[in-house]
Amino acid sequence: MPEGKLCNKKPVENEEALKALLADTGGQQYYKEMKELDVDSKLLWGTIEKTCKTRMRTWLEICAHCGMCADSCFLYLVNDRDPKQVPAYKIQSTLGKIIKAKGKVDNEFMHMVMETAWAKCTCCNRCGMYCPHGIDMGVMFGYVRGLCYQQGFVPWELKIGAGMHRVYHAQMDVTDEDFVETFKWMVEENEEDYPGLTVPVDKVGADIMYTVNAREVKHYPEDLAEAAILFHIAGENWTVPSSGWEQTSLSMFAGDWGACKMQVEHVYAAMERLKPKRMVGTECGHAHRATVIEGPYWAGRKDGKPPVECIHYVEWVAEALRTGKLKVDPAKRIKQPVTLQDSCNYIRNSGLKEVTREIISHIVEPGYFVEMSPNKEHNFCCGGGGGFNGIGLFRPQRNKALITKRDQIINTGAKLVIAPCHNCWDAIRDLNEEYKVGIKWSFLKPLLISMVEVPEHLKPEE
Amino acid sequence: MHDFLTGPMFYVSFSVCIIGLLVRLILYIRGLAWQLDRVAYRAYPGLGWNGAIRSVLSWLLPFGTSSWRQQPLMTILFFGFHFGAVLIPLFLVAHNLFLKSKLGFSLFTIPQLLADTLSWMVVVSALLLVFRRIALPEVRILTTAYDYLIIALSTAPFITGLLARYEVGDYGFWLVMHILCAEILLIAIPFTKLSHIILFFASRTQLGMDYGIKRGGQKGTSMVW
Repeated sequence: MPEGKLCNKKPVENEEALKALLADTGGQQYYKEMKELDVDSKLLWGTIEKTCKTRMRTWLEICAHCGMCADSCFLYLVNDRDPKQVPAYKIQSTLGKIIKAKGKVDNEFMHMVMETAWAKCTCCNRCGMYCPHGIDMGVMFGYVRGLCYQQGFVPWELKIGAGMHRVYHAQMDVTDEDFVETFKWMVEENEEDYPGLTVPVDKVGADIMYTVNAREVKHYPEDLAEAAILFHIAGENWTVPSSGWEQTSLSMFAGDWGACKMQVEHVYAAMERLKPKRMVGTECGHAHRATVIEGPYWAGRKDGKPPVECIHYVEWVAEALRTGKLKVDPAKRIKQPVTLQDSCNYIRNSGLKEVTREIISHIVEPGYFVEMSPNKEHNFCCGGGGGFNGIGLFRPQRNKALITKRDQIINTGAKLVIAPCHNCWDAIRDLNEEYKVGIKWSFLKPLLISMVEVPEHLKPEE
Repeated sequence: MHDFLTGPMFYVSFSVCIIGLLVRLILYIRGLAWQLDRVAYRAYPGLGWNGAIRSVLSWLLPFGTSSWRQQPLMTILFFGFHFGAVLIPLFLVAHNLFLKSKLGFSLFTIPQLLADTLSWMVVVSALLLVFRRIALPEVRILTTAYDYLIIALSTAPFITGLLARYEVGDYGFWLVMHILCAEILLIAIPFTKLSHIILFFASRTQLGMDYGIKRGGQKGTSMVW
């Protein structure tokens, strides 16, 4: 059977197909069909010939097989230094072999490639920093995921996730109406404490257009309220688009490049429509990576930039604290050992290491902040990046992967971890649950709300 | 044999190496694709070159990067090998006398004692690198016969060169062998992994530009390699 009903080479294009996939609990039928799925070697080789250019070909060719990348990979370290987890081995035994075989590989081989691309690499890009030749295996595995997706060898949840983007322009089944209604409802809930609190929808020419992660709408709506409150206290002229509000991209994790392009173009269209001065995205790492760092290239923008300046939430917070738009009550600063999780997607891959420390200097009492080791651009992945958190099939591997971050956190002695990234936040929640560490973890928003001074004129009348 | 190797064969192997490397470099650059690589190379030349230069220089400096510092033994072997492998062919007195007679120009030369030391360092480092390949599981799993061939190709001119230099047995024989091995190496360079002689700089420049242009360079923070 070349193509399955659920597992096939076609992207999910409509609600009906999405529902069928979702109805297949845990992807049982899906993975069963995958065992029979044919590999279209001609398509595979054709795609490689068109898209695998000298950068990657050279990386594969000149790799000196020196093994210096081994120790850079947390998955190699945490899996008892299994040689099969050496980044160079992982890429040579997958992409390297596919190219040598000119695409003539079989189903079993593609299963191995899929497991390697999603359960043995989180695309954290750390290995690229440790290779003398500058060979970035994270970049290559991002590419391999695209090849896998095209052949239908993609984890069930990510096939669904990419499909969600195609159907809803969001990573979950959250419609534009759901978004606007939820945001308005959350704002109403907080109006009493913050008189005048509003969520301006589709305001043209605002200073800030705010974009979010759909799961805030679906599962953590208080995050929306917190964002509104902080913009309100800071006196920002902000807005949200009624459509094009989703900053994340599970299609990036899935390797569905078509959906990636579609998704960011939808957000960029909102920017063109509302003409804000800037876009501020929520506390999410991959959302920033997708919409701000990689997105412009998917959309074919030659300057590598979105239509308006786009910043991560941590950049907005640092600026608001620096300029005094947000003032922290010194008595309410964090006075317990606290550490900070550096998200690969905006620290290593977007250079925001200093900005996050600047925030720490405002919100933590001097002497209480403890750096993880290693940190900043050398930090390890949380253990759940690149979609790893969400893939049931690879849950045991993911749980093992969390041990690296668990030990990094334990070694700081901190009981609170600031994690301004949804993926990292989830991973830290899960490692605490799985290994009973007894720590707390938080986004910046609730911490800030607990300590910023509310200007007199914004306070509720007693 | 000697006349053939130092005559036509010298010109052929020398040209194949230089032209071959240039072709590899040109093909590399032509194959860069801003959209597929997702780096706007042309849009930010300043940031790009800044990132590129930092990326190349940090790695040329022994212990200049986190990676070099974390693996000191490998770093010593790596630089022990590469110092000699780069300096001896270019700056040995005998090579420059030969160069002068063939091409009419010569380069700066290094004292014999330094040359001897560097040559021995190449051979000893190569041996230890082979030992490392066998001893460490994370390197063993990557190693193929091709890797040993590359080490053999690049070390043979040094071994034969030292045998000739110390006149072990028949000097004339070792000299011919030395020239032969060196010319085989020159011809092999553009067609094998040895093309990294130029592609190392290309690849490091590319990743440096990636970081300089896209991954942080625009935020005013420099990548700490």
